[in-house]
Amino acid sequence: MPDPTTPDWPRVTLHIVTGKGGTGKSTVAAALALALASHGKNVLLCEVEGRQGIARMFDVDPLPYEERRIATGLTHPDGPGGTPGKVYALHIEPEAALLEYLSMYYRLGRAGRALDRFGVTEFATTIAPGVRDVLLSGKIYEAARRTGKKNTGRQYDAIVLDAPPTGRISQFLNVNNELAGLAKMGPIKNQADNIMTLFRSRQTVVHLVTVLEEMPVQETADGIAQLREHRLPVGGVVVNRVRPQDLDRGELTAARKGTIDTDEVAADLRSAGVEADDALVTALLTEGREHAERRALEDAQRKLVAGLDVATYELPRLPTGVDLGALYELAADLKTQGMA
Amino acid sequence: MRPAPRKTRTRVGPLASSGVQAPRLDIDALLDDPGTGIIVCCGSGGVGKTTTSAALALRAAERGRKVVVLTIDPARRLAQSMGIEELDNTPRPVAKVRKAGGGSLDAMMLDMKRTFDEVVASGASPEKAAQILQNPFYIALSSSFAGTQEYMAMEKLGQIHRQAEEDGSYDLIVVDTPPSRSALDFLDAPERLSSFLDGRFIRLLLAPARGPARLMTAGLSVITGALSKVLGAQFLRDMQTFVAALDTLFGGFRARAEKTFALLQADGTAFLVVAAPEPDALREAAYFVERLGEDRMPLAGLIVNRAGPTPTGALSADEAMAAGARLRGRDPDSLTAGLLRLHADQSRLVEREALLRRRFAAAHPEVATAVVPALSTDVHDLAGLRRIGDLLAGG
Repeated sequence: MPDPTTPDWPRVTLHIVTGKGGTGKSTVAAALALALASHGKNVLLCEVEGRQGIARMFDVDPLPYEERRIATGLTHPDGPGGTPGKVYALHIEPEAALLEYLSMYYRLGRAGRALDRFGVTEFATTIAPGVRDVLLSGKIYEAARRTGKKNTGRQYDAIVLDAPPTGRISQFLNVNNELAGLAKMGPIKNQADNIMTLFRSRQTVVHLVTVLEEMPVQETADGIAQLREHRLPVGGVVVNRVRPQDLDRGELTAARKGTIDTDEVAADLRSAGVEADDALVTALLTEGREHAERRALEDAQRKLVAGLDVATYELPRLPTGVDLGALYELAADLKTQGMA
Repeated sequence: MRPAPRKTRTRVGPLASSGVQAPRLDIDALLDDPGTGIIVCCGSGGVGKTTTSAALALRAAERGRKVVVLTIDPARRLAQSMGIEELDNTPRPVAKVRKAGGGSLDAMMLDMKRTFDEVVASGASPEKAAQILQNPFYIALSSSFAGTQEYMAMEKLGQIHRQAEEDGSYDLIVVDTPPSRSALDFLDAPERLSSFLDGRFIRLLLAPARGPARLMTAGLSVITGALSKVLGAQFLRDMQTFVAALDTLFGGFRARAEKTFALLQADGTAFLVVAAPEPDALREAAYFVERLGEDRMPLAGLIVNRAGPTPTGALSADEAMAAGARLRGRDPDSLTAGLLRLHADQSRLVEREALLRRRFAAAHPEVATAVVPALSTDVHDLAGLRRIGDLLAGG
């Protein structure tokens, strides 16, 4: 186990978390934010998909387009002492980001509102290709730049972005590159170039969340290849929802082959106060066999993940779902494994 | 002293006894009904829409329907097994479909860029089409316009439907929807795109290209001023050229989008909402169900994929945990304790999933539901699709 005092990404201030739909990337982003916010560090958790997932996970009112303090960071029992920092959240809406952007860089007051009347804001935020992504990533850039010398707005030690899913992540992060190509000069070109420089810098990593199933693992491999192609920095792979590891290798083999001694199991059950009829013993052994089969498939996928040659972290499947308490448990797991 | 064996019992309580149970979705009745002409599978990303669409199409074909399935982004091996790994935007027959019932199955994978190009080519004169297809803006933007995927899926659906009406090539079209941010995008995006294309902003961009500035009001000059300040004059000019080039196509876009929308509202269409037994996926499904109602779109039912297999042993999770802990206290490596923990874990998972489904059913009691248990392997051949089909039909 790595030493929890030396995390794997010491210089990174922008953690971008992506993953195939349904693998739990928002959960992982939230847990990572809590983990990063231990020891006095302040972290900003951003969402860009308009789902209000952060508000639901942290059990707070729906978030406005405004940085809000939502939680206290993880206090890690195994790490050195110290007060945990705070987690802030920002729900980035493209429309508000556009107006903010216009007033910040161009001082467009009346004209900004007129744009809205003409359907320009709608065009920019819902229809125009990539403009939405440009605005969302522009806001991330603005927040990330505050960590430098310029003293505008609250400064954060790290930013975690709950990003679009793996299938769209390269497009999302690369949109400024394409924009810089289309706008050959002028303010847009400069802004786009700056954002790409940040995304490709050593300050940034893109983590990918997967589960140990064929399609998500394949998509993760494809995603990593695409990110590398666009020279975007690949971080770690977080393997989510790993099945319980209660049976060891020998027991799994026995469960699969059906060589577990049924009389012994029945005797154990009776000794523990459970009325062990044949039906119950058979049911337990069937569950054991199915579990062993799935574990074998998981192991095959785990090998593929290991072959991706990036840092990997594992989080357990939580049968009762993920509530706020569970987020802290997952955060502690990530911290112990050195992700934060 | 050994504790006396206790009688195990199933858990009863307010949750277990609440009687809300969704009506069962009869998949075979839906597939066999000759009145069902279009089935649209929608839902949030990662819930198994593509596999479900393919499984439904195969089952319908093997029950005697002449089926075409339109998929968006199938897993590579599934695409290979259906013979559609090549993107050529034309339905191809799927080999090894059982034809005893007189049915057939074609499949195609939608190529966004190509469909867009086809629309341009069919809607503009050859010179104009060539001009548009070579415009750098068009090349960069045509496949990434938000809503393009949804729009093009509808466009292709309309095309195939018209063709099927004419030559009788198909009597059932199964459509998989794009992996959108929200399932609602499938319904909203085409309308958004076409209303935009008819909107003021487009007229604004076209105004200078059309010569006399009859729209040149005071407000307008503020706008163009603001735009060129933000975008740069050159950027704005390029964009205007692009928009002007596309202008001729816009009327056609809108008319066809409206036609396809009407097709979706017709009686022959059936929407199936696909979800996983997770809070987010079911919430999306609920939004979608409500939205279909508002738009008078015919909803056939809900498919809940990847449900955990229900443990058969009549032992509650808590009892299993307690017994496991007792065994572990005596022997930390007890195999039986491990089995009991697994049983508890599985029971809790299934209990939670059942609770989520009951809540959905309580809010939407009219929605017929089919629950498909999780398979231990991914589906990448026809045999796997058949198995999913059996499970969908309740077998």
